[in-house]
Parts: sequence; structure tokens; C-alpha cells
Amino acid sequence: MKIKFILNKKLIELDLDPSLRLLDVLREELHLKGTKEGCGEGECGACAVLLDGHIANSCLIPIANLSDREVMTIEGFNETLQYQALEEAMTEEGGSQCGICSPGIIIAAQSLLSQNQNPTEEEIRFALSGNLCRCTGYNMIVKAILRASKRGDGLW
Amino acid sequence: MKDISTSIPKVDNPEKLSGRALYVSDYEIPNLYYAKTLRSTSPKAKIQVIKPELPDDYFIIDYHHIPKQNIVKMIFEDWKIFADDEVSYIGEPILIVIGKDKKVIQNILSQIQVIYKEEKPVFDTSHKVIHKTYQKGNPNLAFEQADTILKETFTTGYQEQAYIEPQGFLAIPNEQEITLIGSMQCPYYVKNAVVEALGYEESHIRVIQPAVGGAFGGKEEFPSMMACQLAVAVHHLHIPIQMIYEREEDMISSTKRHPSSVTIEAAIKNHQVIAFKTHIDINGGAYIGLSGVVLSRAVIAATSAYTIPNLDVSGDVYLTNTVPTGAFRGFGAPQMIFAVEMMMEHITKKLKVDSLSFRLSHLAKQHDLTSTSGLFRDPIIMPKMIEKAIEISDYTHKRAIYNQPNSNKGIGMSFFLHGCGFTGSGEAKHIHAKVKLTKDEKDDVYIYIAAVDMGQGIFTTLKKIVTNILEVDDHKVYYLPPDTKDVPDSGPTVASRTTMIVGGLLARAALNMKQTWKPKEAMEIIESYVQPEYMEWDEDLLKGDAYPAYSWGVNVVEVELNPLTYQVDLKHIWSVYDIGKVIDERIVLGQADGGIAQGVAYGYLEKMEVKEGKVIHKNFTDYIIPTALDVCPTETHFFDNPYAFGPYGAKGVGELTLVGGAPAVALAIEMAIQKSICNIPATPEMIMELMHHED
Repeated sequence: MKIKFILNKKLIELDLDPSLRLLDVLREELHLKGTKEGCGEGECGACAVLLDGHIANSCLIPIANLSDREVMTIEGFNETLQYQALEEAMTEEGGSQCGICSPGIIIAAQSLLSQNQNPTEEEIRFALSGNLCRCTGYNMIVKAILRASKRGDGLW
Repeated sequence: MKDISTSIPKVDNPEKLSGRALYVSDYEIPNLYYAKTLRSTSPKAKIQVIKPELPDDYFIIDYHHIPKQNIVKMIFEDWKIFADDEVSYIGEPILIVIGKDKKVIQNILSQIQVIYKEEKPVFDTSHKVIHKTYQKGNPNLAFEQADTILKETFTTGYQEQAYIEPQGFLAIPNEQEITLIGSMQCPYYVKNAVVEALGYEESHIRVIQPAVGGAFGGKEEFPSMMACQLAVAVHHLHIPIQMIYEREEDMISSTKRHPSSVTIEAAIKNHQVIAFKTHIDINGGAYIGLSGVVLSRAVIAATSAYTIPNLDVSGDVYLTNTVPTGAFRGFGAPQMIFAVEMMMEHITKKLKVDSLSFRLSHLAKQHDLTSTSGLFRDPIIMPKMIEKAIEISDYTHKRAIYNQPNSNKGIGMSFFLHGCGFTGSGEAKHIHAKVKLTKDEKDDVYIYIAAVDMGQGIFTTLKKIVTNILEVDDHKVYYLPPDTKDVPDSGPTVASRTTMIVGGLLARAALNMKQTWKPKEAMEIIESYVQPEYMEWDEDLLKGDAYPAYSWGVNVVEVELNPLTYQVDLKHIWSVYDIGKVIDERIVLGQADGGIAQGVAYGYLEKMEVKEGKVIHKNFTDYIIPTALDVCPTETHFFDNPYAFGPYGAKGVGELTLVGGAPAVALAIEMAIQKSICNIPATPEMIMELMHHED
């Protein structure tokens, strides 16, 4: 089945089994390895992408659902100014350790900040609650997103 | 030059945050095959495997294919690479199916018939396989002289490392050589295990470290088994093969923290503990593996941060037909430290004395004898650290308000230590760590060590040590992920040894290079571990200096209990640590935050049950680890107390930040519910039962 959607700002057309998981299509068909698999059941958020600008777990999305929608992965997002602001803030606050959850965390942060440019700490915690991180204990990530939201005035 | 503690940007941040870092599952290998494991569904049985006809280009590899020995080489050698004619736990690997299409592989797996001739499994503590014991002073006499004797038993549950990147390995043939790339902590453990299984020349096995997505001990010994399985397959098939576990597969089959039962009998005279009789049992699962050394660390921690003059300590590893337990941050110490801290608190309740002053009066002091009659040589600054923790947490005031019926609030404080590096003479006898530092004609410096950055930041901290000592620009120093073709065996990335031991060797190498620096000339410096001369250790009697140095800590946890749901809400955590010297403040704060989150969750949140050999909590839906909503704000302080043999005075940090979490949160919950806690995790169910139960 042919499926047309926008991936990282470019229109693409795929002729694949529509029941395939978006995660597998990204990683295996399109060789975009920045989206990670941590649990395969929508609990950990390592596979998060932006679907029409909102965070979604790509392990739970069959590609049939993508027709005429817009997907952005970390590979597309890491070329933006918002990404740069987030990378700087994560570095300054120590928000990444082993890094396996980091692309998903960045996606979660973007999903939040694009809807709420000045989130409170509680709103950040809520927005991150679908992304598991075992290294940091989250506080440094929360601080990084707060810092990015303050520093990146006008970016979002 | 800035103080070494001043933070610098973590060197691997850009590639990890942007998604460019390559983890084992991210490698693109032409002509790649996949492997999937067939696992035992019985806890104990004789088995017979009936294999189906295989389509072209699909293969089955099992124990018959192992060229040399069906054993995963590690400290105690009883783990099989593949089950042979019997299985000993649910989830034990029997064989792997290899091919290019994962659906076809799945189909083949479903056609393989395993005939189980069931045997009676063991799930109780009866099958004891390792016993350790030691004494200090004269415990029997102390018990005769005691005016009060109290005895309690404490239990702790399983804990899953829950690294977010599942276990995975990739094996690639290359003429006579096999290259192994995998998510692991110990490239040389993997190499040595594969050499033993295959009987290859050492030079024909090459192990390369990719980015590692968390480990926490879970990738210490377990990856060796996966690597052996794939290497056996590559030996026969000469094709590249990748095996990545799914989360459930990982959680039912990989090693976890040992469940334990600790009984402490305290002899007390004039409000002072004069002796402990302590026994710990730990559940090793189906194979011994590292359980003996986990037990060593557990029994040695029998007095935690206190000095108790007379001791009779023993412990057993018992085997059951369940998933093997193994290394996990803390390595036996969290179980014992939980028991000791709860016991000390419960003694004060029975004696009706002030808990804080009672515990302070028992604190270990410099020149005291350790539990194993070694010497605390270095200054112990716990009183100062505790004072700080009390001040920043407002502990005394809060305790006065919370410590009464129906407050539903609690504040708990734990004191603890952690022995840095391998127990006893492990470094000198077993590891023989070596590091290599070279420089080329361009004066570019290269660090060659086998230590793995699995998130703890050593790419940054160890490079920083070398850069600072050499006083060169940091872009002139290179530290690449370990490849056993290039790096000497600087030992495994475990036991909070990397900064102190490997970093210490690197500091020596850098100093040596600096003192003999010849501009624009190639140089090579190799440094090998030499045990500090003061260390004396009897491994059989468990007597002497169990560790070259100790890191120390204080955790304060404040909680609020929801009286309707019995759920515990963390309000704030304060920590004060002595890790000698902080090498990079931001990185160490990250270790502290992550460690305490894991340690506290061990005490109240993370519950894994194994029933009749079956792991019940086997994915992130059932096995709950903290989310951003579960954790609370933290405040952490470090006190300098430089250790003579550590780089810039640094001691161990990684495990220290976990071991005090469980007792601190359990003590806080105790205060909130005004009942004694002896078992963790203290889940809402358990709290409800305690609250409705008369003491």
C-alpha cells in the first residue's frame, strides 16, 4: 500500500505493509537511527517523534495512520534553532547521561514548548512523564527545559 | 588553571542529544542476519529439542555447536552459554535461530518443539552454595555482658536495572577474526569469555564498545553470555549477526539485584551497641555467577557507617530455579545498609532514646577498626556532613513536628559508606589493571583504556584529568571508545573503581609523560596497578582492609503519605557526600541525582515478583520505575576530603549515591505511619497492612 506523508519537511511516498510500526520504518527502511527503541510498548518514550507537532510514540503508530500527516524525527529537528537552544540548555544543566532517552526527551521538550512557551516546573514534569530516564533522576532535564524556555525567548 | 571540580561541557552531549550517537542496534552492516533466542518455559526439567526443517539461509545454533566449553567465563564458572539437556530457570536460553527475516525467525521458533520432563524446582532457601563468615572482637562475651538483646529480620526484593537501552550484541566475521560490538560495561570480560568458549587465539577476538544506553551493573556479566552465543554462531556460519533483546525478553532473562533476608541480633549495654550477630541470605537464582562477590560486599557492609566493636557476621548464597541475579549498582551493600539503618532506628525506639544522638554516638571515626578489623586510615568527616544535612533539610524541626500520630509526614536520614573499588585484593590478584597514554609527533595525546562511558561521564572526566595534568588544550587529547585491539585491559567498568583506580593510573601516566615530555616526538607510557602498601587482606578469613578507601554519605528524604491511597509522595531529598574530590561538579551531581532516584525507588516503588519461577513484573507497564512526576527536588553538597591515591584525591562515587536511598525513604515512611518497616519495597499495599496492624 502506498502511503504519502511529510517526513522532516519533505514529502515522501512509501510502498510498504501499512501495519508496519513507524519506528521500524524510520530505523530500518529510512535509516534514521536517532529514534530509539526502549520498550516497544509505549511506556518509555525513547521512540518519540513529533506527529503534526505533538509528541507521539513511534512504536505504537502503524504507518497506515500517517497519510497526509507530518512527522518530524530528531534528525529533522536537530537542524533547527529550537534544537540548538535545547542542546545548549541540556549541556549546561547536565540533562543527558547515557543518551539513549535524550532524542525522545528533546522531542518531548519541543512538543511542550511549541504549545506552551513558558511552562512551569510542574508542567514540564507532566510533559516529561511519558519519557523514562534511568540515569539523571530527571531534575537536571527539568531545569534544562526551564532554562531553554527562558533563554529561547521568541523561538517558540 | 581552574579547579578540577569546575564543570566543563560533557564531550558526548552533541552526538547523544542530536541522535547521531551509534548504539549497538544503530550499526548498519551489509548482509546482516538477526538472531532470536528460544527460552525455557520450565523452571527445572530435562529437555529434548525437536527441530523443524529449516528454510534456506536459516540456522539454529545451540550447545552442540560450542567449540570448546559451554561455560560463560566469569568469577564463578557455572553459567552455561546455552542450556544442554536440562534447564534450570524459566527464560534460560536453549538455542538461537538465525536468519534475515524476523518474521520467518519467529515462525521457526514457534515450530521448534521442546519436550520438558519436569523435575521438582527449588524456590526456598535450602540450596545453600556459598557461605562466608567473619568475626571481630569477642561477640560471645559481648552478648553475655549485654543488658539488652534485640533481634529483627529485614527483607529486600528484586530490583531491575532498567537501563533504557535493552541488552544487545553484534558479531561480525573478518577472515580469522570475530569482531563483537555490544552494549556492555566490560569489553575484556566479553573478550575473555569468548576466547574460552571458542578456544581462539586472543588476537582473533576483538571487542568494540559502541555508545551504551545505561547499564547500572546489568551489563557487567550478562553481555558475555550473549557475545558467546553469537560468536559460536559466527564461528560456524561466517555471517554478521545482530541480537537485540525486546524489553520483556530482557526483563525475564537478565540479571537483577539479589533479594535478601538479613537477621541482626544486637547486644546493647548502657545504650551502646556492643555487638551484632548478623546473617544474610541472598538468592542467587539458578547460577552462582557473581553472587559470591556480591555476598562479600554485603557481609563486609554489616556495620555500614558505624563502629561496632564485636561482630559475628555470616552469609549464604542460595540457589533457586529462578532467573540468575547479579551485579547492580551497590552490589550487596544496599541490602545490608538498609537492614543496619533500620535496626539502629528500631533499637532507639525500643530503648526510648533519641535516635539521632544514639546513631551519632556509634559513627565510625578515623583510626577505628572496620567491620573486618582493617583500619579507617583517612579522616572521617561524617559529623560535619551530618550537621550540614540537618541544617539544609531543617531535619530537627521537621522531625519534632512530623514524628507523631496521624501527621502523615515523615523525614528520614541515612548514614552510610561505600568501599571504593574491588573488594579485598581483587585489583591486585585478579584485575592487574593497565592503562596506556601515547602522544604522536603532532603532540596529540591518546588515552587507551578499557573503561566504558555508559552515561556516568568518564569520556569527559578522565580526559579532563589527563588534560589538566598535561596542561594542554583539550582538543589535543583523544579518548575513543575502547577497542580491545588497541586498549590494554584496564579492568571492568564496575565497583566505583573507574575514577579512583583507572583515573589514578591515568593521572600517574600523564604526570610521567609531562615530566619526560619531548616536544614533537612520539611517546608511549604504560602504567600498571600497584596495591597501596598498607592494604592487608585475608580473603578466606575476610580479615583486614577490605577496601583501599571509603566514600561516605548522608541522605535525608522527606515524604508525605496520602492517608486514603497509602501512596508515598516524595517532597524533597538532601544529600551530603564525601567522595574525596569532585572531578566535575555537574557530572557528579548527575550521578547523585540518578543514584538517589534509583536508591529511593528501591525502597518504596520498584517491585518485582517472581512466582513459581516466573517473573511477574516483566515490562515497564508492570515494573514501575520513577518518572519525572515521581521524583522530587534535590539538594546535594560535596565535602572535599582528598584521598592520597586517587586522582586529585578522588574516590568512588557511582554506587555511593544509591546505597543510602532505601533506608532514608523507609525511615521517613516509618515516621509518617508511626510503624516499623522491616521489608522493602514499602508499597502502598504494605503500608496499608502495617497501618491496620497493631504493633
